[in-house]
Amino acid sequence: MMKNAALHNTVLDLAASDGKPVRQSGISHSPLAVRGLTVSYGEKPAIFSVDATFPETTMSAIIGPNGAGKSTFLKAALGITPRLSGVITFFGKPLGEIRHRIAYVPQRASVDWDFPATVIDVVTMGLYPRLGLLGRLSKSHFATAHACLERVGMADFADRQIGQLSGGQQQRVFLARALAQGADLYLLDEPFAGVDAATERAIIDVLKTLKAENKTLICVHHDLATIKDYFDYVFLINVRKIAEGPAATAFTTDNLQHAYGGRLAQGHLEQLTLAGGAGFA
Amino acid sequence: MNGFFDALLLSGGYNAALVTLGAALLGFSAGTAGTFLFLRKRALVSDAVAHATLPGVGMAFIVMVALGGEGRNLAGLLAGSAITATLGLLSIMWISRYTRLSEDAAIGAILSVFFGIGIVLLTVIQSISSGRQAGLEDFLLGATASMLFQDAVIIAAGGIGTALVTLILRRPMALVAFDADYATASGYNIARIDFAMMALVMAVTVIGLKIVGLIMVVALLIIPAVTARFWTERVDRVVWIASIIGALAGYLGAALSASAPALPAGPIIVLVSAALFIFSLFFSPLRGIAAAAYQHWKFQKRVHLRQGLLALARAEVIHDALTLATLRRAGFIRKDGVTTESGRAQAAKAARDEHRWEIARRIHHDTALTGRYDGLTPIETVFTHDEIAEFDRIIGKPYVVS
Repeated sequence: MMKNAALHNTVLDLAASDGKPVRQSGISHSPLAVRGLTVSYGEKPAIFSVDATFPETTMSAIIGPNGAGKSTFLKAALGITPRLSGVITFFGKPLGEIRHRIAYVPQRASVDWDFPATVIDVVTMGLYPRLGLLGRLSKSHFATAHACLERVGMADFADRQIGQLSGGQQQRVFLARALAQGADLYLLDEPFAGVDAATERAIIDVLKTLKAENKTLICVHHDLATIKDYFDYVFLINVRKIAEGPAATAFTTDNLQHAYGGRLAQGHLEQLTLAGGAGFA
Repeated sequence: MNGFFDALLLSGGYNAALVTLGAALLGFSAGTAGTFLFLRKRALVSDAVAHATLPGVGMAFIVMVALGGEGRNLAGLLAGSAITATLGLLSIMWISRYTRLSEDAAIGAILSVFFGIGIVLLTVIQSISSGRQAGLEDFLLGATASMLFQDAVIIAAGGIGTALVTLILRRPMALVAFDADYATASGYNIARIDFAMMALVMAVTVIGLKIVGLIMVVALLIIPAVTARFWTERVDRVVWIASIIGALAGYLGAALSASAPALPAGPIIVLVSAALFIFSLFFSPLRGIAAAAYQHWKFQKRVHLRQGLLALARAEVIHDALTLATLRRAGFIRKDGVTTESGRAQAAKAARDEHRWEIARRIHHDTALTGRYDGLTPIETVFTHDEIAEFDRIIGKPYVVS
């Protein structure tokens, strides 16, 4: 079933590439649509010819085993990692025209936390593109930043040096920085990796509120047990696309087996997909 | 010593005043631009850029003489040095981007190759008649004795210009240094910002050639920034403190060197900034070695006091000498090891707090609060009186210390 859908998309793409643009509503409205994305480090493709169309105002999960290209997928979509081929559109437009509507939350481990900055300094970084080179951070900018910290439960830590925070607190600061941008699409790279239970709850609450505010969220996610609780839509990848679709239909034993190979035991797979995951949290 | 104070007050003669003011401005701009170099962890690139100025100096001299001009014109020599420094910088960026060599290998190669070319050119110039008195080797370690008013103007204008541009670009440069991926996603062009940063560093290097020379200018870029980092946890303040430290080092160093006939300005300026660095390293209340040792000692005492009180509450024998000493100094036990009245009260309170924390962690759902349990924080600083009363109600009977 999923394979047929993928094939269908490919046919449409071929039609599109011979000159006449094909207006496929799913793609033109999708907050993030990817066609034929290939990324390679050296000669070894990290992602090969991947298509994806993420639906609006939902929470989507990008899942797959280690080294499957999940983070690379996000980074390539945002132009952080150069791509060999592929067309990427956000809300039907190229990234350059629509960047202000997109917020990125990188992996916590990707930065040096001994950097001389306080929590509020990091959150106001989300406002830099708005300020330009000569603009000054005004009282209202700081009020915005404080409100964002409030949302992630970090208002008391505004003047703390970022290196003094726990991993979960650092992750919440990153989320607050993304909130400060006031974007419509949030791309999060493993927001729950290595955080404590309180942080996971705080973050998922914020993400669900964002969804209720008609925002779109796409997360690289590693914890299969929480997929059905947290996400509406899943995208399975292992260098190539394995499947995508609503969590109810695409998060299946077959697809997981396909993505993870022998790395997940059969019994475990069935529990994950049938029990809805709640029992594993 | 009088010479030093004269120079400090800019009354030590025309040349000394020019050099002192020039060095202060140079130090200011080096501190400003150097901060971002340090935060981006690219300090060594500036060393290669500095060494790559030398062939430019030589070539500019040859060209100016060949055109029938004055070979020692500072503006011309600096322009030449800027050209080869840019070439060196671009080569490093190109090598680390398009080959499998890492940046440090590229730095090593470019630094020595460009410096080698520069030395060869200088030797050639020395051997031709017009070059004998050129004094180009002064650019290696700086020479202030021959500084002219127009040289000082070039240095001042360059210093103010680079400091201004650095301040305008401070936010993008800080963002790139902290989180390059996020900066890219926000629409900043990393390569362009990095190049702008290196261009600023190159500008500081070039205007610093006359005073401190190409070998020492790296120190003036890095030491003020590293020193400033000891005193603050915010980028903006690091920039300002580094600028002030750089200016101070330039000013004091130039004044010192003017006070004695044979003291070279460049090395003295670097030594002054090194002295400020060493002072900060030890005595900064924020990140200094002394403060860290003091914090550790205080923390150790708190741990031992708490451990000691809990041991008293459980009527255990205490063997640890430090614990005993800490308890004794706090007046909780007597010299002969017997618990005092206040010791018994405090031990009971410690045990009760421990018990309350245990309840708190069991019934309280806000893990952000219970997460602050470290065995040391008094429970009253985390929970309200009502909440603590609730814990006590669950504990039930008054807690008795046996």
